[in-house]
Amino acid sequence: MSAALTFDATVVRGAFTVSAAFEAMPGRPLALVGPNGAGKSTMVAAIAGLLPLESGLIRVGDLIVSAGEAAVPPELRRVGVVFQDFLLFPHLTVRDNIAFAARVRGAGRAIARAEAQPWLERFELDHLASRHPAQLSGGQAQRVALARALASDPEVLVLDEPLASLDVEIRDEVRADLARHLRDFGRPTVLVTHDAADVAAIADDVVVVQEGRVTQRGTLDALAAHPATPYVARLFGS
Amino acid sequence: MTARAPRARLSPALAIAAGIGLAFLVLPLVALAIRAPWGTLPQLLASEPVLQALGLSLLTAVVSTGLCLVFGVPLAVLLSHSAAWALVPRRLLRAAITVPLVLPPVVGGIALLLLLGRRGLIGQFFAEAGLGIPYTTGAVVLAQTFVAMPFLVFAVEGALGAADRRTEDAAATLGASRWQVFRLVTVPLVAPGVAAGAVLCFTRALGEFGATITFAGSLPGVTRTLPIASYLALQTDPEAAIALALLLLVVSIAVLLALRDRWLPGVRA
Repeated sequence: MSAALTFDATVVRGAFTVSAAFEAMPGRPLALVGPNGAGKSTMVAAIAGLLPLESGLIRVGDLIVSAGEAAVPPELRRVGVVFQDFLLFPHLTVRDNIAFAARVRGAGRAIARAEAQPWLERFELDHLASRHPAQLSGGQAQRVALARALASDPEVLVLDEPLASLDVEIRDEVRADLARHLRDFGRPTVLVTHDAADVAAIADDVVVVQEGRVTQRGTLDALAAHPATPYVARLFGS
Repeated sequence: MTARAPRARLSPALAIAAGIGLAFLVLPLVALAIRAPWGTLPQLLASEPVLQALGLSLLTAVVSTGLCLVFGVPLAVLLSHSAAWALVPRRLLRAAITVPLVLPPVVGGIALLLLLGRRGLIGQFFAEAGLGIPYTTGAVVLAQTFVAMPFLVFAVEGALGAADRRTEDAAATLGASRWQVFRLVTVPLVAPGVAAGAVLCFTRALGEFGATITFAGSLPGVTRTLPIASYLALQTDPEAAIALALLLLVVSIAVLLALRDRWLPGVRA
């Protein structure tokens, strides 16, 4: 039984302040939705340990990973991140991108590459293993980014708009794949999105963030039935 | 129905002007190759003064490229950090690095004399200590470093700018320590730019003439580099001068070819 991710914190980035509280349960992917500039990416950076908190704390189970300005550094928190533009390592092959976590954990090159093999197969990337990121399509790059994050064996997975940069034609298919992989993951998962289709396909719980505040939380059905703000009504209304 | 992009048509006047421009760039080199004394070339190139100048040129260009790397890479990092500075210091820094690039090299040589010469601002203290800097092999290296450093700084700065720093964040979330991020991500991302900068820097140093002859003079075996030897030979032994020029041309083209491969990163799979 893995532990929940608890976020109860205030984060400041420039002139912008985000204050929010939510809990992501293992095996129940949580969607963090909100309009552009609502503070979603700021919260992602805080969860990943890339941005200090102003106040409050972030916990994984009983383990506090951020408390005020004190924080476990990103490389020790075991929070996997799929960034919006994936941020694959352009100088490494697909295989070496996925093997990166094993490399920095101290595995030799050969062992790290061997450990990447099951991930390559699971994400249907075997035939692309020796390509560089510049030679991948958007959907392929997204699969590499997800495989790379999962291969680091994270306690928590955060995905920052993982479908936003993809062409509309392939988005449905990639979304279905993503939903399947996230079900298999079984640990706390936070999906940042502003697309109702992503929420419907992937998330069990929804937290709505607007202008740095949580304006509504609940299941998709509950939000659709009783939208608290015009934004929620537009997003999920029928 | 497939639409075909209309082929851009070049007007005759433009084509003629472009042709003249191209001929002007290529013909001198063709002349050099045609008039080269191919028959006696081996003897000319194997002569003592030529070998001496070649050895001195390679040695000083390698050392000054090394100096440019040691001090130029940190300078490039500083320059890329300066993006966050206020306007005036940022522009001043950039201008300070750009000036040697556009300065006539002779002016650079005079300026170096005024700083490091026997009566120079700093050089006078060295002279008192018995360390004369001008007209030594060290002076050649300093002159070359002065003119070549900006090439390295700007090449590395470009590479730093092109490398997405958030890739380093991604590496950290995968468990990489700062040192591992630097070694496994930052260095490989910037290395092609550093290599390209070093090659540019080396060619510039190898061809350096004006600042060198002003600040270091032309002492055979000490400061007489290939370009200076070639220029001097033109008055006494034109065939030797052509041979030397050909040698410099070959080295430059070799560098160009090396550079072309370096500048296509990510394709070497």
